[in-house]
Amino acid sequence: MPKDFLAGAKDYYDVVVIGSGLAGMTAANTLARAGRSVLLCEQHYKLGGMATWFKRPGGHIFDISLHGFPIGMIKSCKRYWTREIADSIVQLKNIRFDNPMFSLTTSFNREDFTKLLIEQFQVPAETVHAFFDAARQMNFYDDQQTTTRELFDRFFPGREDVIRLLMEPITYANGSTLEDPAISYGIVFSNFMSKGVFTFEGGTDRLINLMEADLKKSGVDIRIRCDVEKVLVENGRTSGVVINGRTIKAGSVVSNSNLRATVLELVGEDKFDPKFIDEAKAVRLNNSSTQVYMGLKPEELVPEETGDLLFSSTAETFRTDLLLSRDITSRTYSFYYPRTRPEGRPRCLIVSSTNARYEDWANLPEDEYEASKQDLVETTLDAIEKYVPNIRDRIDHAEASTPRTFQHYTKHNLGSSFGTKFEGLAVSRALPEQLPGLYHAGSVGIIMSGWLGAINYGVIVSNDVDAYLLKSAEKNPFASTTK
Amino acid sequence: MTPAEIREEVLDILRDIAPDDDISDIDDAKPFREQLELDSMDFLDIVMELRKRHRVQIPEEEYTELASMASTVAYLEPKMKDL
Repeated sequence: MPKDFLAGAKDYYDVVVIGSGLAGMTAANTLARAGRSVLLCEQHYKLGGMATWFKRPGGHIFDISLHGFPIGMIKSCKRYWTREIADSIVQLKNIRFDNPMFSLTTSFNREDFTKLLIEQFQVPAETVHAFFDAARQMNFYDDQQTTTRELFDRFFPGREDVIRLLMEPITYANGSTLEDPAISYGIVFSNFMSKGVFTFEGGTDRLINLMEADLKKSGVDIRIRCDVEKVLVENGRTSGVVINGRTIKAGSVVSNSNLRATVLELVGEDKFDPKFIDEAKAVRLNNSSTQVYMGLKPEELVPEETGDLLFSSTAETFRTDLLLSRDITSRTYSFYYPRTRPEGRPRCLIVSSTNARYEDWANLPEDEYEASKQDLVETTLDAIEKYVPNIRDRIDHAEASTPRTFQHYTKHNLGSSFGTKFEGLAVSRALPEQLPGLYHAGSVGIIMSGWLGAINYGVIVSNDVDAYLLKSAEKNPFASTTK
Repeated sequence: MTPAEIREEVLDILRDIAPDDDISDIDDAKPFREQLELDSMDFLDIVMELRKRHRVQIPEEEYTELASMASTVAYLEPKMKDL
């Protein structure tokens, strides 16, 4: 008989959280700390969602999405997780750019960028200050008509080099493009610019293990390999879920699954207003990615001046269509030095990331798919040779992941690695108005994405869920079984 | 609770939220944001904490009532007077 991953689970929880990405875990923790009984279900065998890692022979541990996040993570981790987690957040100080327009190294904060823009790019100081102030003042409810391209053209007309410097890292961080609303750029850019780029010492594995320990301390019932098949609806309200064939009742459900999948697959079109379904279907998913993971031999060390993050491109200008093309010209390298895991075996690792389209990979026949993956590894090794000479002799492991890999492990539609475009936020927020008791927390709308966006959105949604549960209990004092 | 008790309770919550700020000489008439390093997540934390401690519900459209200590106490008084 197969193992029952729900053995011992209760028949009712105040909250069932579907998916253990950072938003799902944070929502589960916040609600459990507020005194709610919480069941956290993850379909995979590991918690973390896209905040994940994998091990390979030779002592290599590869991180998928660890580099990097804004300083706001320290405060959010301290508040919604633990001081130990917050205290392990450290800055990545060497951010490098290398492309046909310029090569430079920066600490990636407002002070250093201001200096670079004035001295190296010869932009008038008042323009630089005005741009930073404009970005800083943006709110998510502001005008959505202006695109990022228009914002740049207002401040830096004809300066494709400046646009590249300002845009390339944000595209890496959240998949946004020049065609997206300027506010989604301004908010994320300002978050980074306040103090720079940060990472988690000890690696993603340590972070997720610490979070798991805190979830347990908060009383969350955590279940892996539990695939939620259906969200149940009774009398127009969310009433529970079906997991691995078993029905579990719930006062509310928080889905950290992909937004479209939540609406169209977990609940079903017939439970919503047709107009809402049209809006949900119109939500564009962000693109996916390819990554190449390279592990260096134990004795091979990369000098730290190589950088922590290196935005490299051979394209003459910055263009969104070039970024997504399978004819890769832009690669972002994350260098992981032994200090990433001070407790672990000293290893240097490099992860190369490139934005990619799911449809370019989805329908390849198996042999062609494998050949394309191998080609991705080989062309990446060719490209990185410039920064890490003799790379082929110095590594003992290299492999690639594609949009299909992301789809396989996260079950995200189209392997989306950055959630949805801007319009996804409104649909995510409107979900409980459509179906009381059902909430969505996860990467949506660009600003609620990335590690910090996901954690904060998990908290914002928890606040709504807690208010809803309190209101339902007041209406029907016998319905809730808050512990 | 009396207005003075509500004020003390809000101060206690603020102490948790902004442990690095000195809140002892807060000016009740001035917005919190001019005196403390508070962002929108911090205001959300105040809302969550009030609900957790006293079951007080504050709808999203009324978050602006929490701008200063004076407005917060005035807003909470009818909601908390019977607690």
